[in-house]
Amino acid sequence: MQRLIKDGAIIHDDWKLLDQELDSASKLPPGNIIVPLQLWLQNITELEQRDTAVGIWLDSDQPPRLLEGDIDSLALIAINFPVFSDGRGYSYARELREHYHYSGEIRAIGDVLRDQLFYLQRCGFDAFLLRSDKDAELALASFDDFSDSYQAAVHQTQPLFLRR
Amino acid sequence: MYRYDNYDHTIVNERVAQFRQQTERFLEGDISDSEFLPLRVQNGLYIQRLAPMLRIAIPYGMLSATQLRKLAQISRDYDKGYAHFTTRTNVQMNWPKLEEVPDILAALAEVEMHAIQTSGNCIRNTTADQFSGVAPDEIEDARPYCELIRQWSTLHPEFAYLPRKFKIAVSGAEQDRAAIQVHDIGLQIVCNGEGETGFKVLVGGGLGRTPVIGSVINEFLPKQHLLTYLEAILRVYNQLGRRDNKFKARIKILVRALGIDIFREKVEAEWVFLKDGPRTLTEEAIAHAKSFFTEPDYAVLDDQQAQAELDRQAAADKAFSNWLKRNVRPHKVAGYTSVTLSLKPTGIAPGDVTDVQMEAIADMADAYSFSEIRVCHEQNLILADVKKTDLLAVWQAARQYGFATPNIGFLTDLICCPGGDFCSLANAKSIPIAESIQRRFDDLDYLYDLGTLHLNISGCMNACGHHHVGHIGILGVDKKGKEFYQIQLGGSSVNDAALGKVLGPSFSQEEIPDVIEKIVQVFVQHRSAEELFIDTVRRIGLDPFKEKVYAAAH
Repeated sequence: MQRLIKDGAIIHDDWKLLDQELDSASKLPPGNIIVPLQLWLQNITELEQRDTAVGIWLDSDQPPRLLEGDIDSLALIAINFPVFSDGRGYSYARELREHYHYSGEIRAIGDVLRDQLFYLQRCGFDAFLLRSDKDAELALASFDDFSDSYQAAVHQTQPLFLRR
Repeated sequence: MYRYDNYDHTIVNERVAQFRQQTERFLEGDISDSEFLPLRVQNGLYIQRLAPMLRIAIPYGMLSATQLRKLAQISRDYDKGYAHFTTRTNVQMNWPKLEEVPDILAALAEVEMHAIQTSGNCIRNTTADQFSGVAPDEIEDARPYCELIRQWSTLHPEFAYLPRKFKIAVSGAEQDRAAIQVHDIGLQIVCNGEGETGFKVLVGGGLGRTPVIGSVINEFLPKQHLLTYLEAILRVYNQLGRRDNKFKARIKILVRALGIDIFREKVEAEWVFLKDGPRTLTEEAIAHAKSFFTEPDYAVLDDQQAQAELDRQAAADKAFSNWLKRNVRPHKVAGYTSVTLSLKPTGIAPGDVTDVQMEAIADMADAYSFSEIRVCHEQNLILADVKKTDLLAVWQAARQYGFATPNIGFLTDLICCPGGDFCSLANAKSIPIAESIQRRFDDLDYLYDLGTLHLNISGCMNACGHHHVGHIGILGVDKKGKEFYQIQLGGSSVNDAALGKVLGPSFSQEEIPDVIEKIVQVFVQHRSAEELFIDTVRRIGLDPFKEKVYAAAH
């Protein structure tokens, strides 16, 4: 369970990730849950009435605009990487931060590996659920792979050409 | 040329350290083959048929003499003493050891070089006109913008896992020498009515399995918007490009599926968020990039006197005169010329050079061309700033080391991928085909009569040898386990870009020299006066060629 990296540290994960097969809101577990987009869209009223927090996860073919209107009210949006080399999620995270000015947690889930963390973080992800066979402790070092970058990104809005 | 500051040095050194650590983890078994693959290819490292291959970036083709000497040293220390210049103006080593690659990258970093993004599904090395800054027909030097694109695209966090590879080319002259119409994005520098610089932006061109000429997405993009507009295009492509089939994953397929107008709408919708934001180029940023590409310290020369002397030297030596006609071109500064060193002598794989040759070229650059060398996509090297009065000495040095073949733009100056001898993707060999054609056409006077004739060879449909845009294109195909070669005619990569049309059924390796000879005979028979091959093909069509080539086969 200790695989969640948040803001550069390994923390206890108090969210429950629900998988794609769930098609009804009737048997949801208690506590904070992250539900697939479809479940959310079909059960918005019920889900909004829960006492505990509800997050949504987007698959790699589900861009953030499908959530439009709901984005601000969500405490957590997760983006799934079915394989680490499917790079759509990088753009989704940037759009969430830069177009929608979303300030809640953006969590990378799925095939999340150490060697992609630096780029994911620059694109606006702040939480990373590492693939279960990977060591989160060792992965922390990758956030320091580079001390600076050429481009502007979510936490460095000034490109290097403005700072030289 | 561009020089690194502390920022560049730090970023490249940190990339070397990162890759060293990744390689160690791979060798220890902590990273699987499939997880390591994008990490290594985005550092230029392929696992090839015989050994790993390392592709080193030469941003927009600019090399210093110091860098070329380092490449010679690396090829000697870590490889078999030679290197191969590619159609993306990069350089490849064909025999490095995987565990030594981090050391090679560290050696490259010492001379401000790297192998970042020379492969993989990311933004590749940006290419430019090899005569940028010296061409008489130039509107504006492309290189400062190429450098800005290089920095923007290097380790870009959002575009490292695109659907497929992504190539950008920039031309700043009236004549397109950078093949911008067959790139994922082609940028043509233009000047509008108010004297402002901007870019005509083409998108969705490319060769490979489905060759396409790019479409115009923006007729005039003011220069300050260059990077935000590129970012908008890439962001649309990253989200919508196909990922289910790698053969349909390039941006050209997306642009064609949506149509250029819908694609443009999507880019514009994305651009709204980026335009005029902090990523907009400032005058200072552009001026800073331009400060690295100022004119070298040209001497004030008497062009008439230099030309008279050159004419006298040429008259005295036919071989020198031939070389001047083909390998030397005009320069914007009086008394200067640009010299192309041919890497296409018969019997050597096109683009291959030895360590000793690299050092000789570095010496020539030091002595005659402000210590700079350029690589062009036709796989030759260029000394861009040579005094007319030095040409005889340059020719003599070039001849001594084997670069003086006077064949630039001729049929024997062919573009050729490494093919089945090295590449694991290839269906067929390409280097022996190139050599058999060069041997058949060994009469220089005949080649001179034929004039400009581009022949391009690819060993498979991935088209690294740009066969679709050769006046004559040769494509290696696999037929029931045997190597065959398909011929195409009428392609072009310049302003009148066109894709070649297939002549007919393919040929065996042994038949190719005869077939090419017959094609050339049809041209000679039909050409009017000084007409070039490509113009004759366009005028008379493919039928006369088909008749000749296939009639003889029966």
